[in-house]
Amino acid sequence: MQIYLPIAEVSVNAFLLLGLGGIVGILSGMFGVGGGFLMTPLLFFIGIPPAVAVATEANQIVASSFSGVLAHFKRKTVDLRMGTVLLIGGLVGAGLGVYVFNILKAQGQVDLLVKLCYVVFLGVIGGLMFFESLNAIRNVKKGKAPKRKKHNWIHGLPFKMRFRVSGLYISVIPPLIVGVLVGILAAIMGVGGGFIMVPAMIYLLGMPTKVVVGTSLFQIIFVTAFTTMLHATTNYTVDIVLAVLLLVGGVIGAQIGTRIGVKMKAEQLRILLAMMVLAVCGKLALELLLQPTELYSIAAGGH
Amino acid sequence: MRRLILSVALCIAASLPAMAEEVVLGLSSDTVSINTNFDGSEILIFGAVKRDAPFPAEPPMEVIVTVSGPSEPVTVRRKEKKFGIWVNTDAVEIDSAPSFYAVSTSTLMGLSLSETEDVRHSVSIPRAIRSVGAPDNISNSETFTEALIRIKSKSNQYQLNEGTVSVDEQTLFRTSIALPAALTEGDYQTRIFLTRSGDVVAQYETSIYVRKVGMERWLFTLSRERAFLYGLLSLGIAIFAGWGASAIFSVFRR
Repeated sequence: MQIYLPIAEVSVNAFLLLGLGGIVGILSGMFGVGGGFLMTPLLFFIGIPPAVAVATEANQIVASSFSGVLAHFKRKTVDLRMGTVLLIGGLVGAGLGVYVFNILKAQGQVDLLVKLCYVVFLGVIGGLMFFESLNAIRNVKKGKAPKRKKHNWIHGLPFKMRFRVSGLYISVIPPLIVGVLVGILAAIMGVGGGFIMVPAMIYLLGMPTKVVVGTSLFQIIFVTAFTTMLHATTNYTVDIVLAVLLLVGGVIGAQIGTRIGVKMKAEQLRILLAMMVLAVCGKLALELLLQPTELYSIAAGGH
Repeated sequence: MRRLILSVALCIAASLPAMAEEVVLGLSSDTVSINTNFDGSEILIFGAVKRDAPFPAEPPMEVIVTVSGPSEPVTVRRKEKKFGIWVNTDAVEIDSAPSFYAVSTSTLMGLSLSETEDVRHSVSIPRAIRSVGAPDNISNSETFTEALIRIKSKSNQYQLNEGTVSVDEQTLFRTSIALPAALTEGDYQTRIFLTRSGDVVAQYETSIYVRKVGMERWLFTLSRERAFLYGLLSLGIAIFAGWGASAIFSVFRR
């Protein structure tokens, strides 16, 4: 069934979009990532104009994250306090990110920067997470108890706060900085930032994996809602019909994903996410390294 | 006095061939409505040639039909390998390129229309694209225009349909043009040329209106004129859908 999208001005298969939304939704619920880093390239691939894909994706992430976070609230696996601290940092970062994005856009080459960002961050995060979880799985098999709550320099900082749900007593400075950095990257790369946020929370802040997912989703809702409004009012690129098709699949997928995620071990969850992140990274790296079949590209408008 | 008579006579002589054959046109529809399940459209263009005098048998009459979507400036970029990765390097701005362009002819393009007439009326696809010139630092800028045509042709946005106009008895002609699903709104200028041995002997112009209708129209207008409300509506739907799915699934769980 073909549907004409009023803002994107292309006609696409409705079932294809529902399916894509569903698959990305499942992953989103399982890992606490918005799924933007997967969905946005997929939308490019089926012929949605990039500007519309990025803006509409933000709106869809709001829906799937909201659906996911409700499921996590029921299990009490959302650290509201930590989420709020991260969110404050995130909004500041998003503002900064949009500013940086506009400077780079004026100099051209913004596409390249976005792609390089993806490859570098996905590669580093995916690689680190993959080896860490591999070690964790080995240790569990050998019967070693996992080391937790390592004391490092982070615990020496001032402005300490108690995050009861996470079982942490740390300074607010690291989560704020993490929030700002993720916000900047999210705005530049046009994603919610969950795939950076989740590892940062696990490895930098030392939060338990089960709490991380819900908390990350909670924060993502607000950042992407903010981004959606920015895109809708300045670029007019949010396609509501596209968003509805994606989010119907997405919210259902997120519910299923959350249930799968709860049944799995934390190490397994992390290693799967790592593999997915590495796969996307590999694909983008190939695009940069191999000679494209069409060397030319068309963009609307003049300079 | 003598000069005046001569110039009047010349005027008549000059206008005579143009007046002698005239196009009477019909369209299967002059509006194309884009609704939610729009998946491309086919328009039938047909017509007849009205003549004051019996037509000359030779050379044969040929018909060219062009349909052109709204034009806009585009930027064509070329990738090059730098530091081991493929990046956009050169860019050429093309002043005006139609969003859609179709040329249908009754015989081969080269036989229907001479180069001079093509330049005058901008009929063929390369002529329909207006490019004033590339920056000095870019050599062979015509490859950029060629790339634009190649990419647009691949998605059926630019079509050269040679021999698809059927002409009966040197009087009746008909053709159909397939509009792709990815169609932009606007007035699609439709031109008919009658040619003999490469020269245009008559010309006719009309417009096909491509419009979004119903929900498509409403949403598009809302997104432009009340962007804030539209944004809130998008968010509202997202939140509602997220909550709805969660509520439905918790019912299933019980």
